[in-house]
Amino acid sequence: MVDVLRYRTDEMVGDPGVTVDSFVDPVFGQTNASAVRLEPGDDARALLPYLDRLALVEVNFPAYGDGRGYSSARILREAGYTGELRAVGDVLIDQLSHMHRCGFDAFAPEHAITREAADKAIATWPEVYQRTVDGRQPIWALRHG
Amino acid sequence: MYKYDNYDQQMVDARVSEFRDQVARRIAGTLTEDQFKPLRLKNGLYLQLHAYMLRVAIPYGTLSGAQMRLLGDIADKYDRGYGHFTTRQNIQYNWIKLADTPDILADLAKVEMHAIQTSGNCIRNISSDQFAGAAADEIVDPRPYAELLRQWSSFHPEFDYLPRKFKIAVIASETDRAAMKLHDIGIRLRHDDAGAIVADFYVGGGMGRTPMIAPLIGDGIAIDHMVTYTEAALRVYNRHGRRDNKYKARIKILVHEIGADSYRSQVEAEFAHLQTLELEPPAAELARIQAMFVPPAFDTTAPDSVDRSDPDFAVWLDNNVHAHKQPGYALVTISLKPIGGIPGDASADQIRLMADLAQKHSFDELRVTHAQNIVLPHVKKADLYALWQMLEANGLGTPNLDLITDIIACPGLDYCSLANARSIPLAQKISQRFADQGRQQDLGELKLKISGCINACGHHHAGHIGVLGVDRKGVENYQLSLGGSEGADTSLGQITGPGFSEDGIVDAIEKATEVYLVKRENGERFVDTYRRVGMAPFKEAIYG
Repeated sequence: MVDVLRYRTDEMVGDPGVTVDSFVDPVFGQTNASAVRLEPGDDARALLPYLDRLALVEVNFPAYGDGRGYSSARILREAGYTGELRAVGDVLIDQLSHMHRCGFDAFAPEHAITREAADKAIATWPEVYQRTVDGRQPIWALRHG
Repeated sequence: MYKYDNYDQQMVDARVSEFRDQVARRIAGTLTEDQFKPLRLKNGLYLQLHAYMLRVAIPYGTLSGAQMRLLGDIADKYDRGYGHFTTRQNIQYNWIKLADTPDILADLAKVEMHAIQTSGNCIRNISSDQFAGAAADEIVDPRPYAELLRQWSSFHPEFDYLPRKFKIAVIASETDRAAMKLHDIGIRLRHDDAGAIVADFYVGGGMGRTPMIAPLIGDGIAIDHMVTYTEAALRVYNRHGRRDNKYKARIKILVHEIGADSYRSQVEAEFAHLQTLELEPPAAELARIQAMFVPPAFDTTAPDSVDRSDPDFAVWLDNNVHAHKQPGYALVTISLKPIGGIPGDASADQIRLMADLAQKHSFDELRVTHAQNIVLPHVKKADLYALWQMLEANGLGTPNLDLITDIIACPGLDYCSLANARSIPLAQKISQRFADQGRQQDLGELKLKISGCINACGHHHAGHIGVLGVDRKGVENYQLSLGGSEGADTSLGQITGPGFSEDGIVDAIEKATEVYLVKRENGERFVDTYRRVGMAPFKEAIYG
């Protein structure tokens, strides 16, 4: 069992995420599921009609170098998703700060990362240059208050 | 020149300590080489054939005397006393020790420099027109817009693991001196009919093994949406660019495969969505940056005439000096292509000398060109002769800008782990063959570019004469192509036929130039004659 590092206070959803295909299928769809797992090639926008009933979206990173999951995460947050957004798979410490900026608030790395190390990694950047979905004010906003 | 504020400095300092920690973990063994590789690449650190190579960013190719001087000092302190200026307006050092790199980055940070995103599958250093701020034909200085994009792209959390590297160029003149349409995104700033500045986005150009000229994707994007539109273009690429084959992963393949219209409509949909999220820095931020790029305090009484009585000086003047928008001043290009030298290399002493000359003669500013030369952008015409004498005395006075010996070459098999063939010794041989100044002048503008492998770092596709090194059954072999060009008349070169040995290719190039001399009509450059008469006469002369 992989330990989940969570940066949210609600209760953790224990259900395994169903695939996007099975979630949205009009005939056999499991749209009553509350957890979905997005693979890199899945279109995150397929979930947008159902965001209010989802409590967990797992975004899989089969290899850390495949960055599609960063866009998937932002798209979900930009559309107002407030449930847990969990990065799973080949999630390494040096990617945590960017993942966090894209809206991930939970991490299930294949190889354990300590809470302390994760906290430090997420705090890597004193300020940020872009507005994303993490609520931080970009440097240009701070400059022009 | 852009000056960091506390925010910029903090970000670069944070990067230095992050990388110091990563290097320590690598040396301790807690990071595998596989895990470390993308992290070091995002700080410009490559593992080459013999040593680590460090690539330092020179945003839009502009730097101050103090920055240039530090680049010279780094060459002495951490390398073997020289540096290599690249086709991406950067500098790289070829003999770096891993353990030294955090200290080098810390030294760079002290003069507001870094190696952030100079490699890896992320948004690379933004390049621009080397004559920005001085060219008579620009509508606005493009560098503040490039700086806005530099900040936006620095540590962009969504675009750090793109399918492949991503290169952006920004220009603001009709004459394209930055090979804009051969970039992943080329932005040309222009006036619209109402006189407002807008941005044309050319997306999906590039060289490499599948060279493509970028189509116009965003036509006249309002300047206060430039960052948002760029973000939309990148997001479509990050989501849909191919990841199954690294040779098909550049955005040019995506745009080509789905078609420019389909790509454009996806970008437009994403753009419409992103505009609702207030991602764009305010106009006040652009104005803040622009205030740092105001023209220097030119002497409006400076004489506009130059004494040409020294014939050697006159040759240099005609070849290496361009018109400046300010009367009494000139743009000087210092050639880093001495006859028989290594294209783009400069010694630590030469780098420091250029720093001194910039402080003395060019309002403390230098530029690096994508043709691997150095520009002093604002030189008083009255100072040109003294400046030339200093350059001449230090091996920097070669009067060959845009002539056949002004060769672009990648590092090739002498350094690069990707290369199939050596580029540097070939460049040296060609340079020696055509050393005679009169012969070079007679051949006129002739852009010769050499790449040591299909990745095309030497831009051979865009050479009037292009040379590509390949490996043929374990032997270095060179393919010749003719008719490539960059700029307003961008075109891709065509291969002449079977390849050549190292000596054979020099002979073949010479034969091609002889065909030109026979066939040319009034005022035609080599590439013009080629376009008019076609490949056949060249092929006949070369292969007989």
